[in-house]
Amino acid sequence: MSWIDLIGFGEQGRGGILLWAMGITLAVTAASLCVGAVLGAIIAAAKLSASRPARWLGDAYTTVFRGAPELLVIYLVYFGGSQAVTAIGKWLNYEGFLGLPSFLAGAFAVGLISGAYQAEVYRGAYHAVSRGEIDAARSIGMGTMLRFRRILVPQILRFSLPGLGNVWQLSLKDSTLISVTGLAELMRTSQIAAGSTKQYFLFFIVGGALYLVLTTLSDRIFSFAERRVARSFRHSLGRR
Amino acid sequence: MDFDVAFLVSTFVKLVDAVPMTLALFAASVSLGALFALGITYCRVSGGLLLSTFARAYVFVFRGSPLLIQMFLIYYGLGQFPAVRHSLFWPVLRDPFSCAVLALALCTAGYQAEIMRGGLQAVPAREIEAGRAAGMSGLLLFRRIIAPIAIRQALPAYSTEVILMVKSTALASLVTVWEVTGTAQRLISQTYRTMEVFLVATLIYLLINFIIVRLMAFAEYRLSPHLRERPDPASGGGRQGEVHG
Repeated sequence: MSWIDLIGFGEQGRGGILLWAMGITLAVTAASLCVGAVLGAIIAAAKLSASRPARWLGDAYTTVFRGAPELLVIYLVYFGGSQAVTAIGKWLNYEGFLGLPSFLAGAFAVGLISGAYQAEVYRGAYHAVSRGEIDAARSIGMGTMLRFRRILVPQILRFSLPGLGNVWQLSLKDSTLISVTGLAELMRTSQIAAGSTKQYFLFFIVGGALYLVLTTLSDRIFSFAERRVARSFRHSLGRR
Repeated sequence: MDFDVAFLVSTFVKLVDAVPMTLALFAASVSLGALFALGITYCRVSGGLLLSTFARAYVFVFRGSPLLIQMFLIYYGLGQFPAVRHSLFWPVLRDPFSCAVLALALCTAGYQAEIMRGGLQAVPAREIEAGRAAGMSGLLLFRRIIAPIAIRQALPAYSTEVILMVKSTALASLVTVWEVTGTAQRLISQTYRTMEVFLVATLIYLLINFIIVRLMAFAEYRLSPHLRERPDPASGGGRQGEVHG
């Protein structure tokens, strides 16, 4: 059987399952980005808050999750989470080991890491919002929540887009480590295909190429979005 | 969670035993990677069309694909071919440690090359012209003018990359090199005390990172004397932050 058949879409081909695995990789990365967005917003708020303990907690969070190896965080969530689930099972009179679903564990673990990076992105974006606009909003009588919703959030989202692009690329690469929990994403699927056909070189090259497609495409999408968003920036008014 | 100091201490001792392996992976791959990166930067900056295209392609491939797949490609992929198994390189490619170092070095070379290029681009053309006018050329010009400015410009980005490499050495545990993360994983599966082992291992990584950050900051301080406050001749010693008047 030639290598074309192996990676093709025929009966023996792995093309279909590799494409499906690419979708899983995208889905788990997107889920982790969402988890990270929620965590990142909370941590950024803590780091910007006036309370000293909150700032301290925020700093501790970003230091730990940007300083610890990603693989270690995945072990923490997967094994730690499974232990917690097993303990709850025991409490409900269920004996035996209960595993955390690997998609959930993976998305949450990469989300924890992504949250630490996103917190820094949002914090930087918050500082980029001009003080004058906030003062203007206050002077026409907007309350804290309204100011947050109408003035801060739209601008923070715009300023944080380039940083979010970087976080997305990081998470895409971190998602390969979820393969250790057995989730059949692109890395794991390439590994299984390589092992069962003994064509290690071929399938790792193909897997790597598919990751290149993912990173290149997302790079394109983010730079398109950045160009779109840049149209509304003040400094771009004069340029036609 | 009950707090078991004895367990924490014994975990710490076991993990510290693995620190030399992590440091060896780190030092070997960062320095080998820097060497590769120098070559790639040279190709990109002063090579012809062919060499600079190669450099661009290299950076694109190694920055765009995940490190784990590169490591597996080298460790499992290359060994598949009889030609490789009978070649001169087999003693290197058979050994998990050297495969891990090779993969880490090839990957970081892509990132480091971009950082070096950025540093070189930051060297003002005027400074090079001035050096030429003073009669310097070739290596002397590079050593005295270009390299100090470029290194100074590139250091902050370089220290970020170096910290990322400390974390990346963890992947070597997946090709059976027993460094800190691999040892931590083994302890977790033996004791089922995830949280404690995680905290101790993270503490070790944070300590390593902290030391490296301090060293890099020291290098940055040494390389930028022009940004430091000058000693004030009027007050003799010139202490910083002293209010005069």
